[in-house]
Amino acid sequence: MLQFVFRRLLQAVPILLAVAGLIFLLFSVIPGDFASTQVSDGRSVVDAEAIERMNRQFGLDQPLATRFAAYVGKLATLDLGTSFRTRQPVWHLIGERLWPTMQLAFASMMFAIVIGVPLGFLAALKPGGVVDTVSMVTAVSGLSLPKFWLGLMLMYLFALQLGWLPSFGYGDGALKNLILPSIALGVAPLALLARTTRAAVLEIMNADFVRTARAKGMSERRVVQWHLARNALVIVLTTVGLQFGSVIGQAVVIEKLFAWPGLGSLLVDSVSLRDIPVVQGCILVIVLFFLVVNMLVDVLAAIIDPRIRYS
Amino acid sequence: MLNKWFLTTALTLAAFTVQAQEQPRRGGTIRFTAPYATSFTSNDSHVSPQIQDEIYTYALHRSLYRWDAVNNKPEPELATSVTKSADGLTYTFKLRDDALFHNGRKMTADDIIWSYTRIMDGSKSYPGARHIRRIKGAVEVEKGQAKEIAGLKKIDDQTLEITLVEKADPGFFLYYGQTAIYPAKEAQAEGFFNKPIGLGPFKFVEHVPGSRMVLERWEKYFKAGKPYADKVVISPMGEAASRDIAFRNKEIDVSILGPTQYVAYKADANLSKGIFEVAEVFTRNMGMNPSFKPFADKRVRQAINHAIDAELIIKRLVRDKAYRATGWLPLSSPAYDKEMKPYAFDPEKAKKLLTEAGYPDGFEFEWTATPNESWGVPIVEAVIPMLAKVGVKVKIKPIEGSALGGTVQKGDFQAYIWSNTSGPDPLTILKCFHSATPQSACNYTSYKNPEVDKLIDEAGNTDDPAKRLDLLKKANAIVYDDAPVWFFNYNKAVMAYQPWLKGLQPNSTELALQQYDELWVDASSPAAK
Repeated sequence: MLQFVFRRLLQAVPILLAVAGLIFLLFSVIPGDFASTQVSDGRSVVDAEAIERMNRQFGLDQPLATRFAAYVGKLATLDLGTSFRTRQPVWHLIGERLWPTMQLAFASMMFAIVIGVPLGFLAALKPGGVVDTVSMVTAVSGLSLPKFWLGLMLMYLFALQLGWLPSFGYGDGALKNLILPSIALGVAPLALLARTTRAAVLEIMNADFVRTARAKGMSERRVVQWHLARNALVIVLTTVGLQFGSVIGQAVVIEKLFAWPGLGSLLVDSVSLRDIPVVQGCILVIVLFFLVVNMLVDVLAAIIDPRIRYS
Repeated sequence: MLNKWFLTTALTLAAFTVQAQEQPRRGGTIRFTAPYATSFTSNDSHVSPQIQDEIYTYALHRSLYRWDAVNNKPEPELATSVTKSADGLTYTFKLRDDALFHNGRKMTADDIIWSYTRIMDGSKSYPGARHIRRIKGAVEVEKGQAKEIAGLKKIDDQTLEITLVEKADPGFFLYYGQTAIYPAKEAQAEGFFNKPIGLGPFKFVEHVPGSRMVLERWEKYFKAGKPYADKVVISPMGEAASRDIAFRNKEIDVSILGPTQYVAYKADANLSKGIFEVAEVFTRNMGMNPSFKPFADKRVRQAINHAIDAELIIKRLVRDKAYRATGWLPLSSPAYDKEMKPYAFDPEKAKKLLTEAGYPDGFEFEWTATPNESWGVPIVEAVIPMLAKVGVKVKIKPIEGSALGGTVQKGDFQAYIWSNTSGPDPLTILKCFHSATPQSACNYTSYKNPEVDKLIDEAGNTDDPAKRLDLLKKANAIVYDDAPVWFFNYNKAVMAYQPWLKGLQPNSTELALQQYDELWVDASSPAAK
């Protein structure tokens, strides 16, 4: 298994490099640079000489290839560079924001798993029944609702109307602050998990080994527990892994809406001020997280289903 | 419109005079919001040019001057007296001897000299350098040609002499948060910015990046009895919709409103009681590039001003959250000329001017615009049919907000729409229309008029404040007639505040910047204890 993990980590290197190169190129071609964003509020005045000095300070006066080589060189030593905006190491800024984002991602996925998986399971047990219809309508709605709008509605209902929860902020990372953003972020994965679980269970229910188990007189409870649940779990786990990675990326909108101090809000501010080292760092961390979670899912899948080999 | 502004201002001042007469209450927490981004840059106020960061700087630090919002002028903050030399270039500051940093150490001239020298470190490109550059010898430090700023002279611990490179009121550029005074010795220590100390009314408690900055009362603040509140919690909230809900839910004490919210709040019986309006020193305009042939002709630029019904756009699209522009200098500028009238909406006159300029069938131009709802693409879209009626076609060139400044500085446009600062110092602002000012600085429309140059130079050289204002008014009038831009409007900043928050100041330089030592909360605040 260790060999498998090592191999997967090695595979992550070219992916990360490709992502780094892509972001680097993207921010080199889009209009605007850090120095010019300093005047975009219409309040500040920065003359050409000051801009030139600023560009020199951040190495932005160098040719693209030189800058890229320097960037990759630093990356090889795990140095993500220094923020143009704060003059602090990018790792430091990411470190400050990583935990709140992790909290949000874990909480939203827990919400999605705890509700979505049983819902999909129940729906599959009686296809076309009330539970199935209600859960699938909920799932489709959950997938199609814009997160921003859903978040606002949650704030409106639970904070403004009912007064149960705060509408924004991190507090001290308390549960009451975490609930609304987690629900807003977790509804889409919940819907997807419910649908995936339902489809997986339905497929397995018609499999030969399930029919054989029932024919041999195995109780329905044991059929569900030993055959349906275990086999469906691999598919569900894969979906969980994919969703886990993507909620971190999707958290950008939710973090901004709920004033949640995670990587997403750091990314938003850094993009708008063209703080390229921070943008690159945040995206690399998000991609890395996605890769690691999926690797863990593969390992877990192999543990659950011995037919899957570490190859 | 003008009468409306004076009425609004009078009412605002009257309301705040009533507030001021109330006995301030000690205690409680002020729950402020910073609305321009989702976080603060860092704990170092020198590194950021953003208003967002000045919002916390006003609580934590003090600069040599402060902006007196009620009298609309800069006032010495860390000095008890200021004396100007006969040549008008050297200022002697008798510094306060009761200004203590949050570690209890007394501020001296060394702290100011060190802070300004730090800002001029050329290898760091601190944004406040644009202000300190006006002190003699600062540029040499920035370029690495000198280690000390020649224009800063310590007479004794509590006396400082500042020599400027040109005649100017230093108050207009030394009040910015970017020029905050740090404790010289302590600020050089490792880890200083993890828990910075300053001279402000509140001392640093914690900063949860992207969430909040918490500050508590500095008991030895140099203004007796102030600040009133025990604590200030400032939450960065870049999303207007979230601020709206948090404000209605009484979780925050203030919120800056956009046009849509402004209408909704005005229509609400309760919320409308807590709306604070100020004419800010920002002029929204469409800059025209004279290197694009039609715009080189003054008659074409004037025609553009006559062809657009700015009043209608302000009413319908900007929802009256602006004042019609009657020149570059805004209503709250000391050099504002209330006799000036806006360009009349007169399409016939516009057509006549275009014909005279050799464009009887009009022409087409590219208009660079950001998505901003008050001065971006939505406004351009409203203008397009108006210009079409006089034969001028517009092609929108959309651009992201953060890229606009760079594009304009490089002159890479035919026309742009922007909101530019037009104050508080009219002399500094009108220098942006001096031919010696490059496009890359702030003469974005490459404006050139020898008569204006002469008036600005004379205004800079005179020691008579009244004469200076008079000269600047004349220069402003000529610029208006030359119409290098379409004069759209002056921003009306609107802040919603909770009924328990008292002491807000009508800061025309930026309404979100409040002196926290003036603010207090009454017993009805949810955070009164």
